[in-house]
Amino acid sequence: MLELLTDHTFRTVFLGTAGIGAVSGAVGCFAYLRRQSLIGDVVAHSSLLGIVMFFLISYLITGEGNKSLLVLIPGALVAGTAALLLTRWIIQETRLKPDSGLGVMLAIFFGSGILLLRWVQRATPSIPGKRGLENYLFGMAAAMTESDLWMIAILGTSTILLMLLVWKEFKVFTFDPVFAQSLGLSPAWLDTLLLMMMVIGIVIGIQSVGVVLMIALLVTPASSARQWTGSLGAMVGLAAMFGAVSGGVGSLVSFNWPNMPTGPVIVLVATIVFLFSLVFAPQRGLVYRYAKRKRMAKEAQLEHQSSAVEGAN
Amino acid sequence: MSETSPALKINGLTVAYDSIPVLWNVDLSIDQGVMMGIVGPNGAGKSTLLKAVLGVVPRLAGRIEVLGKRFTKNRQQIGYVPQRTSVDWDFPTTVLDLVTMGTYGSLGWVWRPGAKQKKQAMEALERFELSEFAHRQIGELSGGQQQRAFLARALVQNAPIYFLDEPFAGVDATTEKAIVKLLQSLRDEGKTIVVVHHDLTTICDYFDEITLINKKIISSGPIDCAFTSNLLEQTYGGPIKNCGIDCGFRDAPVELQGLPGNSDDA
Repeated sequence: MLELLTDHTFRTVFLGTAGIGAVSGAVGCFAYLRRQSLIGDVVAHSSLLGIVMFFLISYLITGEGNKSLLVLIPGALVAGTAALLLTRWIIQETRLKPDSGLGVMLAIFFGSGILLLRWVQRATPSIPGKRGLENYLFGMAAAMTESDLWMIAILGTSTILLMLLVWKEFKVFTFDPVFAQSLGLSPAWLDTLLLMMMVIGIVIGIQSVGVVLMIALLVTPASSARQWTGSLGAMVGLAAMFGAVSGGVGSLVSFNWPNMPTGPVIVLVATIVFLFSLVFAPQRGLVYRYAKRKRMAKEAQLEHQSSAVEGAN
Repeated sequence: MSETSPALKINGLTVAYDSIPVLWNVDLSIDQGVMMGIVGPNGAGKSTLLKAVLGVVPRLAGRIEVLGKRFTKNRQQIGYVPQRTSVDWDFPTTVLDLVTMGTYGSLGWVWRPGAKQKKQAMEALERFELSEFAHRQIGELSGGQQQRAFLARALVQNAPIYFLDEPFAGVDATTEKAIVKLLQSLRDEGKTIVVVHHDLTTICDYFDEITLINKKIISSGPIDCAFTSNLLEQTYGGPIKNCGIDCGFRDAPVELQGLPGNSDDA
């Protein structure tokens, strides 16, 4: 275990997954508060199609499929954004309800993504570089290279910087969009920026976590953090920490059991943190609320008894 | 901002949700220093009127002037108090923080509120008797306290004009009285207060002027000429029993039934 920490490859992967967890945890708080987890899930699932398409394009151009994040993240961005725009269009133009629109779009994009992935894997003559492409379904952190890490670092850092810079606008817009607009803040801009932030938080994680479970890394740390604090700043900080821990542990497991997909492991760690928060957090936790009710019932009973005694006298 | 120009001047405002018109060719002028009630049945476009002026819902046509200048040049002059139920009160923030949001408009992008803004917010909280709640979660507030917090947030905007969307919805009688007193004291300081209001029985006590609206403006002006039973009948599309003229009808039934266009309030 200790020798792992000095291993260069492991360090790369560890830093990468922890960073991904931190960014998606922080960004996820806004998705959580704006009730946009389903939108995030559509982005995540849809990105598979973009990933396979850009892989194919790189194969057509160079003769070998490229699995570097430098190529695949732009693919994920394109497909994720296209899915969002199409969803918005279909909801505006038809009378489809937003959640149905999102569901339909997820099915179309993810279905096509899977289909294209299967075709790439079975195409004859065989496409060079296709091995491991299927790992984007459930994540394979160990596949991360140093150039991938750079890509994650640059996108992640700029996302967090953007969040800190536009913090107060994001906050008032998330809480009360109509009031924010009455202040003269452009809802179109803020909505786009917040969505962009979420999309980037998602696409940088798909290599390690996979498109199927990425949404869990976005929303679970935020849900856990909300249990412990009543301040948006603290919530974002805590969610980033929970996300980083989940990502870090996931990479450890991935290195010790090389054939285990990392996504489920990372998400399971995040879920354990969540369950603990759900039960034991002060104020909002189940234990606290149960104890408080019990105490209140006891107090009410005592008061009732003493007034009954007084009445008898 | 000249003394004589009206606080708000609306010309030919038309708003439609999809293909259904909500406001049709509305002309309205509100003088400075007036407390104005906007009254009409459900779906009459009362809230929409405020939102359309603020640009929150798109205008199909119309021109808005605020204190004699185009709205886009003077938007900071209007402080807005949305309906209390339009936000999620489980949002992780404190009461002080919520009220500080009122200063965001004057801060501009990127800049964070500092000591000065916090002080303004604390003063507003004091005026609304919420000081002891400053560091509590907004979720811990009662309905009336939430409404007061929203008003405090508008107060720190320090605008000459205030729009309030049903500030008395779901608050108890004591809170309602306290809010009215505060609004009237703001009016006495020379501010213009525009309130979307539902309760016909309190109009004469609360407002100087009234606008009756049902997609179009039915009447607008001082209470005794703009608030007659005849005009009320036109607004609500049916006779309103026991309605005396000129504020003599305080026993009027508030519950009105069988009226056309009773959809959710738009």
